[in-house]
Amino acid sequence: MDNLHIDQHISQQFNDDLEKLRTSLLEMGGLVERQITDAVKAIENADASLAEEVMEREDRVDKYEVKLDKSCVLVLARRQPAASDLRLVMTVIKVIRDLERMGDEANKIAKMAIALNDQDNIQRGYHEVRHIGANVVSIVNVALDAFARFDVQAAMKVVREDKNIDREYTSSIREMITFMMEDPRSITHVMNIMWALRALERIGDHARNIAEHVIYLVHGTDVRHNTAKEIEKKLADKM
Amino acid sequence: MNNTADEKPVDLPEQHDDHTVGKPLLKDPKISVRNANVFYGDKQAVFDVDLDIGANQVIAMIGPSGCGKSTFLRCLNRMNDTIDICRVTGEINLDGQNIYDKKLDVVPLRAKVGMVFQKPNPFPKSIYDNVAYGPKIHGLANRRSELDQIVETSLTKAGLWNEVKDRLDQPGTGLSGGQQQRLCIARTIAVSPEVILMDEPCSALDPIATAKIEELIAELSENYTIAIVTHSMQQAARVSHRTAYFHMGKLVEVNKTQKVFTNPEHSLTESYITGRFG
Repeated sequence: MDNLHIDQHISQQFNDDLEKLRTSLLEMGGLVERQITDAVKAIENADASLAEEVMEREDRVDKYEVKLDKSCVLVLARRQPAASDLRLVMTVIKVIRDLERMGDEANKIAKMAIALNDQDNIQRGYHEVRHIGANVVSIVNVALDAFARFDVQAAMKVVREDKNIDREYTSSIREMITFMMEDPRSITHVMNIMWALRALERIGDHARNIAEHVIYLVHGTDVRHNTAKEIEKKLADKM
Repeated sequence: MNNTADEKPVDLPEQHDDHTVGKPLLKDPKISVRNANVFYGDKQAVFDVDLDIGANQVIAMIGPSGCGKSTFLRCLNRMNDTIDICRVTGEINLDGQNIYDKKLDVVPLRAKVGMVFQKPNPFPKSIYDNVAYGPKIHGLANRRSELDQIVETSLTKAGLWNEVKDRLDQPGTGLSGGQQQRLCIARTIAVSPEVILMDEPCSALDPIATAKIEELIAELSENYTIAIVTHSMQQAARVSHRTAYFHMGKLVEVNKTQKVFTNPEHSLTESYITGRFG
């Protein structure tokens, strides 16, 4: 069942409750996406004021989390949802947690942008941040689309892409270590780049979590802690 | 196809064959139903039901009003025999014996397969006599002391003993609704049944009395096989091991309760339990 028909309850209010959960979550997702994009841009362009904007907006992400959590509790208490409705509420509860963590990681990247800006003119590592940053922004976008459209194919794309990001992260860390060995004066700079890369890699993992929640939402199959291949096997008869 | 543009397509459910999805059959069932059909006069109320009920299990039957779940439940102890125009076909076996066998006496059958109804219906007699009546007519007690023992055990199992032990001679109808329903359960237990059928046993009770009955169902399931018809989906989710969903006389889905309420197989089950237009 790819379309969950959340607007077809006998109770119009229940339709509205669930629709509100979905739209608020997508708003929160949009905000987090912007936080990540801006944080990466702040590093790329050495833009400290953009980084500060990101840090100021962090508070809004947290507020969304609290608000959505409260809405979910109310739906559970009022409606005692079952089946796909229950899975939707559970998914929202889990996804907002991942989004909030992504917001925290974006905040860390913004802090690194400011720290890098304060330091010397070493140019090492920017290319890696730009490259991995673009890939991470892209899978966050696909993960949110997957939730918006209850799209398992898109979710699977996120799972596969996250693996590539992990691989790129490992190889760029190796490169960063080489830079530090070559020029010990660059250690502080490169360490900051590494923190930013680490934050991006974590954001990728959270995007993957969201994708896994979407698969659970649509098919009711728990695919956490499985490789992409194992997930494909589990879903073989459903796709 | 000659559909004109303004003709709306018919909204068919995703699955619309007659096959029951899930796991309606079991190994070594207590009750086994095959090909059951029930008619009221020329109107068919239940269509081709195949279902097994496991020993010491609670199975919940859910579905919209008029879906045939109560009619089906009443087949399990031949309660439908009391309705003249009702006709049942197919086979229903209890421990391998066909209960619709012409030679079978329904009186011991109904003791073996007891029933609790929607409205508590104690006899207009004392609390003691309500429980003692069945054992007396079935000859289960030879002496007064034995009868006393059955009454006490049954009321204890029904969770009512402590509330009524000092007023056993008072009329059963003087108890509260929830107590009356537990009295009816004690009355059912008194004749040593193996199966207890419950037809919406809590629909006339408040949440506290309902919680007590639900607690009782969990305890009773250790010794009895229980089939319960309920309109409360949360109740089905709480008390049963398996859930059967009926729709327009057909058994649509039978699965473990956990599966039915988190990820049902059939789109009709999903629509019903989530309150969508079926």
